[in-house]
Amino acid sequence: MRHDHLLSAHQLSRADVEEVLSRAAEVAADPAAFRDRHAGKLLALCFFEPSTRTKMSFDAAMKRLGGDTVDMGSVESSSVKKGESLADTVRVIEGYADGVVLRHPSEGAATMAAEFVDVPLVNAGDGAGQHPTQTLLDLYTIRETHGLDDLTIGVMGDLKYGRTVHSLSTVLTNFDARQHFISPESLRLPRGVRFDLHEAGAQVREHTDLDEVLPELDVLYVTRIQRERFPDENEYHTVAGQYRIDAETLEAAKDDLTVMHPLPRVDEIAPEVDDTDHARYFEQAHNGVPVRMALLDLLLEEGE
Amino acid sequence: MSDTDKQLRVSKIRNGTVIDHVTGGQALNVLAILGIDGAGGESVSIGMNVPSDRLGRKDVVKVEDRELSQSEVDVLSLIAPEATINIVRDYEVVEKLRVERPERVTGLLTCPNRNCISNANEPVDSRFDVVDDGVRCGYCGTIVRDDIADHLSVS
Repeated sequence: MRHDHLLSAHQLSRADVEEVLSRAAEVAADPAAFRDRHAGKLLALCFFEPSTRTKMSFDAAMKRLGGDTVDMGSVESSSVKKGESLADTVRVIEGYADGVVLRHPSEGAATMAAEFVDVPLVNAGDGAGQHPTQTLLDLYTIRETHGLDDLTIGVMGDLKYGRTVHSLSTVLTNFDARQHFISPESLRLPRGVRFDLHEAGAQVREHTDLDEVLPELDVLYVTRIQRERFPDENEYHTVAGQYRIDAETLEAAKDDLTVMHPLPRVDEIAPEVDDTDHARYFEQAHNGVPVRMALLDLLLEEGE
Repeated sequence: MSDTDKQLRVSKIRNGTVIDHVTGGQALNVLAILGIDGAGGESVSIGMNVPSDRLGRKDVVKVEDRELSQSEVDVLSLIAPEATINIVRDYEVVEKLRVERPERVTGLLTCPNRNCISNANEPVDSRFDVVDDGVRCGYCGTIVRDDIADHLSVS
C-alpha cells in the first residue's frame, strides 16, 4: 500500500485491493506467522458511534498481530462531551498510539482528521459516507466464493445512507463487475456516488424490484432499511417488506448465488436463509479479522 | 441603447477593475466573493440587469483603485462563467482577463450537507473540487450543480 491512511474507497486501486486481499489470505492460511508482527505497538480505537463488529474485529486484529489497543471509550465519558473538536482529539490521541481507527457520525470526518495526524488513520465509518475496511472484507468474501471478475452483483436496501454500499460500489468499478442497485425510489444511491460510477464507466442499472434481476445475480448484497429514514411508520413497514428475502424469494436465484449482508440485520433476511448454501454473511463478518490484520500490517509496516 | 446611456448608468473609472458580463443578478455575490463590502474605502459602482446583446441581461461591477489578479477572479467563474475582467489604468483598458474555472475553491462555499464535517465546529475551511458541471465537497463528496450562489459562505 502506498497510502499513509485509508480514508475512502476512492483511494483503493485494483492493485491496492489485491495486495490487501492476498495478505489477508496469507494471514488466514497461517495466522501464527503474524503473531508477533507488531508486538509493542498500540492502536487507538476512537469510536464516536456505537459499533460491535468493526470495533471488536479491529481490536482482535491488532492483538492477533502481537500489538495492543487503547480505547477512547464512549463519547459520553470522553472530553468530546466537553466540546473538544475532533481535530484536537485526534492530535492528542496520535501521541498515545502508532495508528488510529476512527468512526464518526459526520461525513468526511476521517478525511479531515487525517489532516491533523502523522500516524496511519483508518476510516471505520463516517456517517452516511464511507466504510472502506468493510469493503475490503466484502471483496475478500466475494473473491473466496465467486471471484472478483465477470461478476454480476445486486445491491439491495438503503442505498442512500448505506456507507458500506457507497464504498463497495466505488471499488467494484476497478473490476469486471455489472452492478445492479435495487431500492425504493426514496433510497436510491446519492448523486455523488452515481456521479463516480458514471465517471468510472461502470456498468450500472437501477431497479425498484428484485425480481427483475435476481436470476442473473452471482452475489446479492442486502442492507438494512432503517426505520428512522421514514417519517411514517406504515410507510416504513410497506417499503421494508418489499426488500426482504426468504427461502421462497431465492427459488428464482442461481444455485450458487452468494447472499451477503454487512450486519446487523433486523428482518431483511429471514432466518431460514441462514441454513441455505447461499448464506455467507456470518463468514463475511468473520473475515473482518484477517482482512483488518492484513490492512494494519501493511499500514504499520509502511511507518517502520 | 447608446454608449452615452451606458455611461450614465455606470460611469467610467480612472484606475481599477471592471467586471463585465456578470450573470444578471449576481453582482452582489461577486462583491461578496471578492470580499469587497465598502469597509476598505474603495469606490464601487454596480449596474444590475443592464441590457446585453450576449446575455440578455447582465450585471457590471466597477471597483476603483484595485486591480484584481487572475486567481482572485477565477472563483467568479462558478457564478458568472461569462464574466470578463478589464484592468483599467488612466481610463485605458490595459489588460483583459477571462475567468477560468479553478481546480479547487477553499473557504468560499458552505457544504449543503448539514452532516458534513466541514459544517461542524472544526478548524478547517470548506474545500470544493470543481467538476464538470458543478463543485464537489472535498470532505463528504456532496455535489452542488445549479445553485452554487446559494451556498456562498461569504454572502
